Amino acid sequence: MHQSQKYVLINYILKNNNTYTISIYSENNVGLLNRISAIFLKRHINIESFSTSLSEIKNVFRFVIVVELEEEKVKKLIQQIEKQVDVIKAYYHTDEETIFQESALFKVKSSSLFEERHIQNVIKDSHANIVVVTPEFFVIEKTGFREETEKLRKDLAPFGLLQFVRSGRISVTKSKMGISDILNTFKKDN
Amino acid sequence: MKTTENKISENPTKGIKISGAEAVIRCLLAEGVDLIYGYPGGAIMPIYDELYKFQEELQHVLTRHEQGATHAAQGFARTSGKVGVAMATSGPGATNLVTGIADAQIDSTPMVCITGQVGSHLLGSDAFQETDIIGISTPVTKWNCQITKASEIPSVMAKAFYIARSGRPGPVLIDITKDAQFDTFDFSYEKCTGIRSYKPVPDIEPAAIAAAAEAINNAKKPFIIWGQGVILGNAEQEFKDFVEKSGIPAAWTILGLSALPTAHPLNVGMVGMHGNYGPNMLTNECDLLIAIGMRFDDRVTGDLNTYAKQAKIIHFEIDPAEVNKNVKADIPVMGSCKDSLATILSLIKNNTHEKWINRFDDFMKIEVEKVIDKDLNPTKEGLTMGEAIMAINKHTKGDAVIVTDVGQHQMVACRYAEFVRSKSNVTSGGLGTMGFALPAALGAKMGAPEREVVAVIGDGGYQMTIQELGTIFQTQTAVKIVVLNNDFLGMVRQWQQLFFEKRYASTEMVNPNFVAIAKGYHLEAKKVDKREDLDAAVAEMIASEKPYFLEICVEKEANVFPMIPTGASVSEIRLN
Repeated sequence: MHQSQKYVLINYILKNNNTYTISIYSENNVGLLNRISAIFLKRHINIESFSTSLSEIKNVFRFVIVVELEEEKVKKLIQQIEKQVDVIKAYYHTDEETIFQESALFKVKSSSLFEERHIQNVIKDSHANIVVVTPEFFVIEKTGFREETEKLRKDLAPFGLLQFVRSGRISVTKSKMGISDILNTFKKDN
Repeated sequence: MKTTENKISENPTKGIKISGAEAVIRCLLAEGVDLIYGYPGGAIMPIYDELYKFQEELQHVLTRHEQGATHAAQGFARTSGKVGVAMATSGPGATNLVTGIADAQIDSTPMVCITGQVGSHLLGSDAFQETDIIGISTPVTKWNCQITKASEIPSVMAKAFYIARSGRPGPVLIDITKDAQFDTFDFSYEKCTGIRSYKPVPDIEPAAIAAAAEAINNAKKPFIIWGQGVILGNAEQEFKDFVEKSGIPAAWTILGLSALPTAHPLNVGMVGMHGNYGPNMLTNECDLLIAIGMRFDDRVTGDLNTYAKQAKIIHFEIDPAEVNKNVKADIPVMGSCKDSLATILSLIKNNTHEKWINRFDDFMKIEVEKVIDKDLNPTKEGLTMGEAIMAINKHTKGDAVIVTDVGQHQMVACRYAEFVRSKSNVTSGGLGTMGFALPAALGAKMGAPEREVVAVIGDGGYQMTIQELGTIFQTQTAVKIVVLNNDFLGMVRQWQQLFFEKRYASTEMVNPNFVAIAKGYHLEAKKVDKREDLDAAVAEMIASEKPYFLEICVEKEANVFPMIPTGASVSEIRLN
């Protein structure tokens, strides 16, 4: 596909879907994960992707949750999430408003690296990294859009994938997060 | 046992080495708790051992089932305005609390539940009476927390009370492992005054107040619907001032009942499924709908697609998650209604809406003729539920706390009971918990001992928690228990009649001798089934200074009207 065609396609996908990324800033308390997921469960909403980690702020956690849902329902989810005592702030964004990536790991038999010359081209073309090589297996890492990791998975499948795993989406927003102001007041308090 | 004086003289906020169990008691005392409901068991025995030592400062009421403990704590909270406390052991003790917790969550009742848990080294081992009560209670609590170290007790307890009572109140559950109850630590207690991730009351936006005031001043046919927010926010006076100055007719949701006296000229009745004719019909005629401390429950709105579409909507609300949840608000006014109503008062004009109010009177005349007259002045032989409520009104002078269960009797009681002061209606609204009333009435009386408390219960719900007669007898709590007996699960039977072609599947009840049961618990008890005996029987019950049981046999197949069928519009309300 020509680069400009690809750009048009990506833009079309971005504008015509109901994919929203929910970002939650919270305390790091036992049970909060359960409390958040219960909000989705109660409304029979499926979670497409889920990841959690430390945020840019000390002792503040960040959840990144992807849902496919009408915007009106996403707004109500955000209200319910923010209502939780241990949640500091929740936001939602469209794909257009965020930079998002997923990571995937592929474990392949080492013999195929040497016996199947074509696999080297697949790895090279995909801009994936080889993380580790042992006499028995090697591991490739690829970070990118779902379409990219998915393409690599399909391309590697004929060579025999020993293991495949993909992370949940991680994302940052293009614009500044309003959380900064809230957190500044935290810092003052501390 | 130490004397009370000694214990009180020990400053509970001063550092002293005590057990986790004693710390729990000291935390409760520091929060002003002097009454709790509960049921002991293995995993909470250390705390009960401390209760034994502190029984002069902290009264523990042994209910006959943990569910009863939660409903009693709810009843206590609803009449006293304080946080209700319920306690139970791990496993089945904890799971038996869940219905009451869910009820408190949906009806915004401040409650702290304390459960014992197996020792922390046994967590996850499927130990005897181990259950994941944190996991189970998560969706029905405002907050919950497991404690595995004694030293965590003071800060978590302080947070629990703060969260339960602040903002939109709700239930909190604290689960304490047995080892944390036994361990000792240096105790000190500090009340919680804030949590950085939690803003209980949103700031009032002056622009929203101004916009609301302008809409109110310009409205030709404004209509107020108020809910329990007025009561929870202690905003009865501010609300009354607002209603009187604006001259706007005001209707209540079932949980808002009693915030404005029944006889107030601007109180036009109840909205919702079995509400009054005028308030429901005119919801779809008003030009401005002012919702105050209510959440547009589906039992209030009926079909949302045909609900008040012609009206501009102002929503006074403390919980941001309620704004635009069911009904889109043109002007959301965030904050506690005590503050927002006080603020808006100076911006609104003195007004009367006579012609508009006449419309409510017109509908009331129709409702009296078609429904109310038959309920209250029946010509047929069988007693009606409405007559029973009127007899209670007469002998309590409308100044009782009326505690109701769920079903036909609840709707009739809420429609016809008269109130002169707030915090007088205790019912299970959102969850619709049958079995609520008997234990809730016990708690309601303890929360307001100076008041007459009358529980009005159906024969179905009564038998769900009938064992709490034992608690009422043991504590000699002078609640008056009225069972309106129609030998049916009446509301379900009504639906079967109207929507399932009279196929009465499992709704007829073959009932026991209720009077004999009450007498078995050594309560004064009487049964009445004739109109001519009703007045004297109710008079005798109210005159009694002891707990009293009165069974009133009512018509078996009576229906509650008006009624908005499920999914229909408020303006499709049926009178028969």
